[in-house]
Amino acid sequence: MREFKRFDPTRLWLAAHLRLVYVFLYVPIGVLMVLSFNKAGLPTVWSGFSFEWYGKLAENAAILSAARNTIVVAVISTILATLIGSLLAIGMEYRRRGAGLEAILFAPMIIPDIVLAIALLSFFTLLEVTLGLHSIILSHVVFNIAFVCAVVRTRLRSFDWSVFEASIDLGATEITTFRRIILPAILPGVIAGAMLSFTLSVDEFIIAYFTAGAGQSSTTLPMQIYSMIRFGVTPEINAMASIVMLVSFTLVIAAQRINKESVTG
Amino acid sequence: MSDQDRTVIRIEGVSKRFGPVTAVDSIDLDLRENEFFALLGPSGCGKTTLLRMIAGFADPSEGRILLDGQDMTPIRPNRRPINLMFQSYALFPHMTVAKNIAYGLEMENLDKADLNRRVDEILEKTELSAMRNRKPDRLSGGQRQRVALARALVKKPRVLLLDEPLGALDKKLREQMQLELKRMQHEFSITFVIVTHDQEEALVMADRIAVLKDGRVAQIGAPRDLYENPADRFVAGFIGKMNFFPGTVAGTGVSFAGQSVLTGDIPTGLSGEAVAAVRPERIKLSVEQPAGDMNAMPGTISEVAYHGQDVNLHVTVDGCDDPVLVRVPATDADETVWHHGGKVWCSWNPAHTRILAA
Repeated sequence: MREFKRFDPTRLWLAAHLRLVYVFLYVPIGVLMVLSFNKAGLPTVWSGFSFEWYGKLAENAAILSAARNTIVVAVISTILATLIGSLLAIGMEYRRRGAGLEAILFAPMIIPDIVLAIALLSFFTLLEVTLGLHSIILSHVVFNIAFVCAVVRTRLRSFDWSVFEASIDLGATEITTFRRIILPAILPGVIAGAMLSFTLSVDEFIIAYFTAGAGQSSTTLPMQIYSMIRFGVTPEINAMASIVMLVSFTLVIAAQRINKESVTG
Repeated sequence: MSDQDRTVIRIEGVSKRFGPVTAVDSIDLDLRENEFFALLGPSGCGKTTLLRMIAGFADPSEGRILLDGQDMTPIRPNRRPINLMFQSYALFPHMTVAKNIAYGLEMENLDKADLNRRVDEILEKTELSAMRNRKPDRLSGGQRQRVALARALVKKPRVLLLDEPLGALDKKLREQMQLELKRMQHEFSITFVIVTHDQEEALVMADRIAVLKDGRVAQIGAPRDLYENPADRFVAGFIGKMNFFPGTVAGTGVSFAGQSVLTGDIPTGLSGEAVAAVRPERIKLSVEQPAGDMNAMPGTISEVAYHGQDVNLHVTVDGCDDPVLVRVPATDADETVWHHGGKVWCSWNPAHTRILAA
């Protein structure tokens, strides 16, 4: 059966199409990564392999401080969004409410970042909140809640809530039940949600740009890269982008793995 | 034991309303020590709601539930010495069989040795020792059911509630489990309260059955009482198979189809429209009109269904839209006479006629 199908022309076409899509998606990234090892400072001419630009990167104080800011923002906003988003998911799945509430909740995932960015900026200005890292963190929490909640909810979709009552029936309190029954069941979803949230926060530019205020002290990595490419792409930026890519990629794959594994196991 | 008739749970005028819907309508029930009690009724009759109120997962809108004379209303479900076996079994998917069973004991803060001993003991009794380190997804339906049972029984509750415990099992396993549950109930000497819509299951397992309809108790009694002396037409039709002959109360019974009178005991105060009811296995078939004081009517066989141990025949008679169902042992079935289109007389002893309000 399998032997026979291998020569099916439709199958061959589909396989070719799949490869083409992957080429389209990953060749630009591949070029970027290759050029980050380019000796000369030119983006188009290969002149030999070198770690030089990675070294330069490590000496660039502006980039390092931006990287630190990004990590601070990503870690704190991830923790907050994971906590709030997971509890929200439990609440929403335990007592299903109307579709209206869901639509409102997922709005931050769908509405354009630029709109959200302007809205948040107006909001902070209205409340006379000084802008800085803290306002970026709050803004990232806003959209990350929606993502965490969505991921955790998928795990809870197939959750048999009678185990919650069974635990109470066997003498456990609600807190014990949460800790020993609900949490282990949703943990892979929570971790996956947190990883996704972290990646989104690291990559996020528009909202951070609007809500950062002025100064290097609240410049995140994407903002730093943006300001650098205005003077042309240097291999230093290629090196930076490669590292960010690698981290994001690893996290997304890990998140998928964790969530899938425990669905089957 | 002398305390056999002692009341464990007393349900006093309990009602439960969900908005405009009354799911349970002022029910009074006494559940006794060591009995196997069944709450039987069609879906939507309020049996599960009543069970959940006993467990503590729902509060009565009216009335109260007493356990050993103590009002349970203010007591939360995790503090009641009552355990519930869920319809879905609700096993904890990330825990092994032994961990599932130990969970309830851990909540009682037993010392480790005592806890392990009790887990081992129940694993032994439910024949699950070999499965102790398996997770629920590696168990068969029957094994899961046993784990759910063991997990509840290990707590030594005063009362074990079972919500449609056999619904998810196939027919053969269900019959086996019916006997197994009965055996467990004897072995542990705990009051079992089972909710079921399957009248056969209730008849086989229960010492007493309460038949529920529209949130009310239609009849309470031992299986044989309900089968032989149904209180009304609903119970008569719900428990087992029953033939109904509509007519009006006249003389010594019910005048049926304007001609014959089907004799039977008329309940005091019943007059006007009524039905004469008779079980399929009480009806005799004969070619000649039977002699003596039998209730009898002629008819035509419209269907013959062979069931192995017995044969079910449908006999069409005048004055009755539904054919009369007759059940005869296969060993007595005379195929030369009892075939499709055959003319026969259906007859039965008046003592086996139940006359009920229409």
